[in-house]
Amino acid sequence: MHPQRKKRLRLILFLVIAVGAAVGLAMYSLSQNINLFQTPTQIANGEVPPGRTIRAGGLVVEGSVVRDKEGLGVTFRVTDGQSEVPIHYEGILPDLFREGQGIVALGQLDNSGVFEASEVLAKHDENYMPPEVQDALEKAHLDGKAKMENANSSDTDTSYGKGAGY
Amino acid sequence: MNRILLFVPLAIFALMGITFWVGLGIEDKTSLPSPLIDHPFPEFELGVVEDGRTLTTADLQGKPALVNVWATWCPTCKAEHAFLNELAADGVRIVGINYKDDVEKARDWLAAFGNPYDYNLSDPKGKLGLELGVYGAPETFLVDADGIIRAKHIGDLNADVWKKLKPQFDAMSGAEQ
Amino acid sequence: MENLALYLPEIGQFALILALVMAVLQVVIPLLGVNQGQLWLMGYARPFAVGQALFLVISLFVLAACFVMDDFSVAYVAANSNSLLPVQFKISAVWGAHEGSLLLWVTMLGLWSVAVALLSRSLPLDMVARVLSIMGMISVGFILFTLETSNPFARHLPSPPMEGGDLNPLLQDFGLIVHPPTLYMGYVGLSVAFAFALAALMSGRLDAAWARWSRPWTTAAWIFLTVGIALGSWWAYYELGWGGWWFWDPVENASLMPWLVATALLHSLAVTEKRGLFKSWTVLLAIFAFSLSLLGTFLVRSGVLTSVHAFASDPERGVFILALLGICVGGSLLLYAIKAPTVASVGRYEVVSRETFLLLNNLVLVVMALAVLTGTLYPLVYDFMGLGKLSVGAAWFNTMFVPLTVILAVLMGLGAASRWKKDTLPRLAGVTAVAALVAIVFAVVTPFIVQGEWQGKVVLGLGVAAWLVAATLADIWKKSHGKLAKIPKLGMSYLGMVLAHTGVAITIVGVTMVSNYSIEKSVRMSPGDVETLGDYQFEFTQSGKIEGPNYTSQAVRFNVIQDGEVIEQLTPEKRHYSARNSIMTEAAIDVTLFRDIYVSMGEPLENGAWGMRLQVKPFMRWTWLGAIFMALGGFLAMLDKRYRRRVGVAQA
Repeated sequence: MHPQRKKRLRLILFLVIAVGAAVGLAMYSLSQNINLFQTPTQIANGEVPPGRTIRAGGLVVEGSVVRDKEGLGVTFRVTDGQSEVPIHYEGILPDLFREGQGIVALGQLDNSGVFEASEVLAKHDENYMPPEVQDALEKAHLDGKAKMENANSSDTDTSYGKGAGY
Repeated sequence: MNRILLFVPLAIFALMGITFWVGLGIEDKTSLPSPLIDHPFPEFELGVVEDGRTLTTADLQGKPALVNVWATWCPTCKAEHAFLNELAADGVRIVGINYKDDVEKARDWLAAFGNPYDYNLSDPKGKLGLELGVYGAPETFLVDADGIIRAKHIGDLNADVWKKLKPQFDAMSGAEQ
Repeated sequence: MENLALYLPEIGQFALILALVMAVLQVVIPLLGVNQGQLWLMGYARPFAVGQALFLVISLFVLAACFVMDDFSVAYVAANSNSLLPVQFKISAVWGAHEGSLLLWVTMLGLWSVAVALLSRSLPLDMVARVLSIMGMISVGFILFTLETSNPFARHLPSPPMEGGDLNPLLQDFGLIVHPPTLYMGYVGLSVAFAFALAALMSGRLDAAWARWSRPWTTAAWIFLTVGIALGSWWAYYELGWGGWWFWDPVENASLMPWLVATALLHSLAVTEKRGLFKSWTVLLAIFAFSLSLLGTFLVRSGVLTSVHAFASDPERGVFILALLGICVGGSLLLYAIKAPTVASVGRYEVVSRETFLLLNNLVLVVMALAVLTGTLYPLVYDFMGLGKLSVGAAWFNTMFVPLTVILAVLMGLGAASRWKKDTLPRLAGVTAVAALVAIVFAVVTPFIVQGEWQGKVVLGLGVAAWLVAATLADIWKKSHGKLAKIPKLGMSYLGMVLAHTGVAITIVGVTMVSNYSIEKSVRMSPGDVETLGDYQFEFTQSGKIEGPNYTSQAVRFNVIQDGEVIEQLTPEKRHYSARNSIMTEAAIDVTLFRDIYVSMGEPLENGAWGMRLQVKPFMRWTWLGAIFMALGGFLAMLDKRYRRRVGVAQA
């Protein structure tokens, strides 16, 4: 082989290996840094081990927001129309955090089943539902439908989604 | 060999394109318009915006209706209101759900922009909305004379959307007559 | 006059249709001319480009007029404006949502085409014809898209609403008047580099002259992108109300990717111009840069990147976008695959040479762009495969960018100091040894003096920044032989590079300091309360109400106290916009070159207390100051004499 070509080939080979290694590392690091979204139903069913960082979301249940007497702690529940999860958060809530609004929280489940949030997100548009929450609501509705059909639809008057303790 | 290498970017792009396309195809199949379709309208017992009387699910039945979820805080609702007025003028029965809103504001709105609704159910807490799986206003449901939900549209109702919904609505009205 | 105003939206739409006709002619006639070798047909490229732009500008002005006159019969106006909206926001509301920003996009494409048409006297006519024809193709696609799926002039007739729904309050801000147009200018500007690359491919004349022609255009687009991204970051910082300035969200990522690739393209073009190398690679970068711009503008705007549902809810729009992207990117890559072999590079260079460093720099920039692309698309792919919803944390992007930026900065210093064609390691080491030493000493000593402790990231960040500045200064010293008077004679292009590289160093310092030394506190405060954060005391003095044109706000007054003296009064607000019933946080910021004090309000609590967020962010301004330096550097480089040479030289 022509020495010039050999040199070139070696350079290309080096680059390919370097790029390959970088991609491998990047993908590994990516897999360590993803936060899965879990619906309240999934959490209520115990599908999420405590301590793992996930994103959880749903509609904030009316009347469930309770502020601590001191400091900035706040506790509220979110629902997907089927199950509810209590969330505790310490800090400033976003402007569009309201009862009935769809939110997404990042954090971990503690051993008592409370979701300890480090971040609470609500988008700056009252018409906008976080897509994950939208999906969770739909899933819950689908589940509700399936359950009803299993119950042989004897009680067709039952409304969809259990509501949330109004 | 060099020549083949030059096709690599194109191949990668084509692969990405196909993934996108297939992925979107899957998405379209799994996401039903609404799980409520072909199911009865949820039970309710709510006050009416216009005169305060209380209505229940039974009052919805008897005649096909467009059930329109709206609110005075919703800009898109304002945008679609004119079209609803047109539909009402054409004899379409529209029932409103005033979603997470203030009755006084809703009355002012109806006085200012016209009232295309047969009546408006006041749903200040969004309870009925939740049961209907409403993500935000506006949303519109097609409900037949037996109170069964037949179709759902998210977003504003306009001439284009109505073109698609109208045949279904006409069929419902035809069956009733 | 009365009647004219009544039909204004129709006039706008008609102008848009005429622009489409012009664009079609701009594609067909010049290309026909090239094909037939008819100069007079090629000559039509310029007038058609001017005509197209004229009608687009009319169309955009008409839309702006509809906003200013509160014509709520236009659906887009009704959804995004309000009679109470201040007039400057009525104008910026034109690009406040999808339809209008699309119109702005094509109008800018038209204006860039005019710029090419008018400033291309030094180019052979067949090249001008090809370039404008390609830009016309892009124009045709997107005007069609606008008319078909996103017509901003669509009406609500016969009974228009009395009042509009108001502009999203988040967008009612100076930053949003200037940020999107600037960014769009950058996105669209890359179409010029793209068109030049494709034109060169088509003609088979991929040479130094081509690189020289497209360099200033690429630089111009790059400047707009740089400023646009910085403006976006600045806007998010003061408007979103919690002091974050970069979130790695899809919208930001979408603007960063074309910037990274365009930066690579600038440097690759330099090699192609000076040495006639890397031609294929340069063409590929030009295609990628514009493709990523398209991805940025349209996939993000249409919401496909953030949610597949946006696609499902409006499939017509989504399919059109995908088809356009497919034709544009697929077509150009196909042309590349077929035509690129005929223009293989000639010329040799040693392993240790400026070429190698620039190639490595290109590689790092492309890897950065790929990392951003991966992080942005990963959740989407995951969702497609039915595995669930996830988000990629900012931590991942930071993990990727910190080491890559360090490598990039080291290469930048070496690249600028190295020689073309052939250099040796001992020489290079000799030139840069002092700079390296200065950098190491600075990086190790400074954090210790300031903070009394070392943090790995700070040492690294300050180190590479110092290295970059020191290596650049050493290079100037050497090139000017130590005489200040000689510095201006080094050439605009060179001085531009110096300025831009200094800008990168400044941004690195800013990012390093603000990420590692920011302090913040979220607290419950009542009138009279004093909180201490770092060297500062924050005294809550009073609270009250402020009335704005289309909002009312609750405000809190703070005294910021340092060493017992009040240095500043800050008034953060919580605004309530009635038309949309939405609430906005207006942060109050005290700015100096070396630190920002940032105070924003949370929610009201009982007994007049408020949740408050207090922050001190050192060197915050440097992050954006660096971008200004980079943009100025690009501007200087564009002014270089050699881009203004006439035909004879360019064709040589």
